[in-house]
This record gives sequence, structure tokens and C-alpha cells, in this order.
Amino acid sequence: MAIARNETSPLFADSAFGTLKLIVYLTVAIVMMIADHRGGYIARVRAGLSAVIEPVYRIAALPALIGNDARIVLTDRSKLVEQNADLGRRLMLAEATLNRYASVQEQNQRLQRLLDVQRSLGLGAQLARLVEVDPGPFHRRIVLNVGSDDRVGVGQAVIDATGVMGEIVETLPHTSTVMLITNPSQAIPVAIERTGLRTIARGGSGGGDTLELPTIPISADVKVGDRLITSGLGGVYPAGFPVGEIRTISNDATGLFAAAVAIPSASLDRSGEVLVLHEIIDSIGPPDLAAPYGPPADLAGDGTTTVKVPKP
Amino acid sequence: MSRAPAHNALFWLSLAICFPLQMMPLPPALLPFKPFWLALVLIYWALEAPERVGLGMMFVFGLIGDVLTGDLLGEQASRLCVLGFIVLRFRPRLRFFPMWQQSLAVLALLLNDRIFLLMIHAFAGDPLPAPSFWLAPIAGALAWPWVFLLFDDLRARLRTHDG
Repeated sequence: MAIARNETSPLFADSAFGTLKLIVYLTVAIVMMIADHRGGYIARVRAGLSAVIEPVYRIAALPALIGNDARIVLTDRSKLVEQNADLGRRLMLAEATLNRYASVQEQNQRLQRLLDVQRSLGLGAQLARLVEVDPGPFHRRIVLNVGSDDRVGVGQAVIDATGVMGEIVETLPHTSTVMLITNPSQAIPVAIERTGLRTIARGGSGGGDTLELPTIPISADVKVGDRLITSGLGGVYPAGFPVGEIRTISNDATGLFAAAVAIPSASLDRSGEVLVLHEIIDSIGPPDLAAPYGPPADLAGDGTTTVKVPKP
Repeated sequence: MSRAPAHNALFWLSLAICFPLQMMPLPPALLPFKPFWLALVLIYWALEAPERVGLGMMFVFGLIGDVLTGDLLGEQASRLCVLGFIVLRFRPRLRFFPMWQQSLAVLALLLNDRIFLLMIHAFAGDPLPAPSFWLAPIAGALAWPWVFLLFDDLRARLRTHDG
């Protein structure tokens, strides 16, 4: 290598060679970056190398795992008992509410049958744990310990007990990467719970744990403290899950829209266990045609007036 | 130049340990202070054993880092190439700086690296990061003397052990 001769060679002899090498390497890197940005090749490379990548993730997560275990081992017994009692109380409350909801759901289904509503709220969910690694400062992502071997696929929504967390963007055999809703390149269709106003929430550009709602009509009825829920449009997130709560409202730069900042309701930075949703409930696109009214076509009579009934 | 196998082991181990270290989670308050470990260790080896780390080595280790973080293929590779080029170019001076000056030089290198990273992401269309983005180079410069002393000490021990 050229640099090894530094002691014997004149000081600046191989500088031109070094510069040339730098230019070559940088060009290669830039070509790779552009190709990857356009084509997403890194996902394929990572899929091929998953047998190497996943152990590194596990090793990196090891200290956090040990730390958590140590905290559990070292926790005071009385504190555990207290926590247990607290959880028991909460479970009882939750079950009571659930029981009530069960009857409400029953009623709801009956009403839906009456109204002939097609969609249902049946949800399949899968429990997953966070693998505690930090994939860099730019993209707000988390890593889960389930992957394509557990039949997790790209595009599934991830929630925790308090709200929507994000969407799976990459799967390896035993690991998957979730892009959080606070990622600036992520947008999520939301509705304001109080008024039903539908809009889009994006990750805050400041890099913090916030959401931005950049395009609310000026005339819309939006207040600080309004809760955001998923609207179900777009087909990734099922409708009705809490997303966040509006904290500030101001005008945007053009003055044509109001812009609001919201805080996500899911605890994005400290969720230990999350749910990966299986079913995408609403199909994308307009609803099916309604069945036509009127008597059946074969009764349509004597040929004077022929009514064509379209089959849906 | 014949190297003891222990030295080889130290070299590869020190670089291999950087990857899990880089991905290790920290409490959210400390996360912005996480230094670019791979850069620190590669700067050390570029200063002390330049026959081992050329630009090609920097490139390859950067690529490994890219594949592991899954960010943008070639990002760390290009960053480390730029970094390595500067270090190798100014190596005769950097080596004989006193420690605090070396730390300042490392701060400048890491700041330059941050600017380069920002440029890449600006081209990719990402928005500007939070101000805490600029804290990592400071942490890196503060960590530099310890990295340097640790590896110098390890190498000295290996040398006496071999001799």
C-alpha cells in the first residue's frame, strides 16, 4: 500500500494517488447511494445477509436485555407486590369495560346486519417485543423480534396499548423494522375524534416526538386537546385507533391552512411489547355498488318496458 | 513487517466491537451524545498503523455499517472515506499533536463528517435534523483521549507480552 512507504518516500509523492483513490471511492459510494435511493437495493442486500445482521442486532440489544433483567431481579419485593396489585386492579377495570363492550359489539353487529354494512372490525394481532437497538439518528425506526418467518409482512400496522406506533417497512426472517409515525417521511390519515374532520398527520420535521397536521382548513373546528384517531383511509391503519392529541394550532407559512402539532398517544420510546395487526380491514378503493331496488328482472313483464338490472 | 497475531486480533476485534456499540440503545436523553465509534477507532488505526487501514478498508467497513443500520447503502462508506483521506493526509502532523490538540482535530473531523452526512441527507430529501444532531461530534472529541489511551495501553501490553 502506498502509505506504508511514508518514511522513505518524499512527503507529497503519493498525494495525487491518494486523491485519485478518494475520488474513485467517493464516486462508487455516490453511485451506490443514488441507486439505493431510487431502487432500494439495500433491502435485498440485507435480506441476503440476514443471518449475519440479526445476530449483531441481538448482541447490540444484549446490554439492554441484561439491564432489564437486572432491574427485575433487583426490584424490591414489596414494590413488585404493589405493582402486581395495581395491575390486577387495572385488569379488573379493563375486563369490566371489555364485558360492556362485548354487549355493545353484539348490538353493533346486529345493527350492522340490519344496515347491511359489509365491513367488520375483526382484527388479528400478534404480540411482538422490541429489540432494543438504535438504527441511527435520521430515521425514526424501531426493530421488532418477529419477522417473515412469523408471517409478518411489509405494510402491517403496529400498535401498542395506547395508540398507533407505525408501519412495518422491512422484514428479515426473525426481525422486522418499523417506521414510527413520527418519521417525517411518514404520513398517516387521521380524523379528529370530536368533529370527524379528516386530515393527514405527518412526522414532525423538528426531529422530536411530535406529529404535524399541516393542512387543516382555516375554517375547520379544531381545538387544542382534540384527540386524533386513524380514519381508516389508505388501507394501512384500521379505523378508530388513537393516534395523538393536538397541542398547538397556528397558521402555516402561506396563511391558507391552519397547522397543528400533536403529541403521539403511543409511548413510542419506551414500549416493551407491541401488537402487529394482521388484517387490513377496509379494502382500498370505492365501496361496492349497492344492490338495485325493484322487482327481480324475470318478473319485469311483457316486453313493453324492459328494465336492465345490473348485477353487482 | 511481521505482526504478532495478538495485534491482529486486537485490530479486528476493536473494529468488530464498534458495530454492536454503534447500535446499542441508550436512554433517550443520552442518545444524541453517542459518538461515531467506528470513526474513532478507524482514526486511531489510521494514525498508528496506516499500513493496515487504507481508503479501501474505510470503504469496506463503512459498507458493513450501512448494511447493518440499513439506512442508505454507501452513506457511511463515503463518510469514512472522506474522514480517512483527511486523517491519512495529515497523519504526520496529527500524530505528534498533544492530546488536547488531537481531540480538537478529532472534533473538527467529526464535525466535518456531520456536515457531509447532512449534505447526503439533504440530497436525499430528508428534513433538517434536530439541533441535538450536533452534539455527537463533541461527545466523540471528549471520548477520543480515552479511546487513544485504551488502545495505546492495550498495544503496549501486547508488545511486552510478546517481547
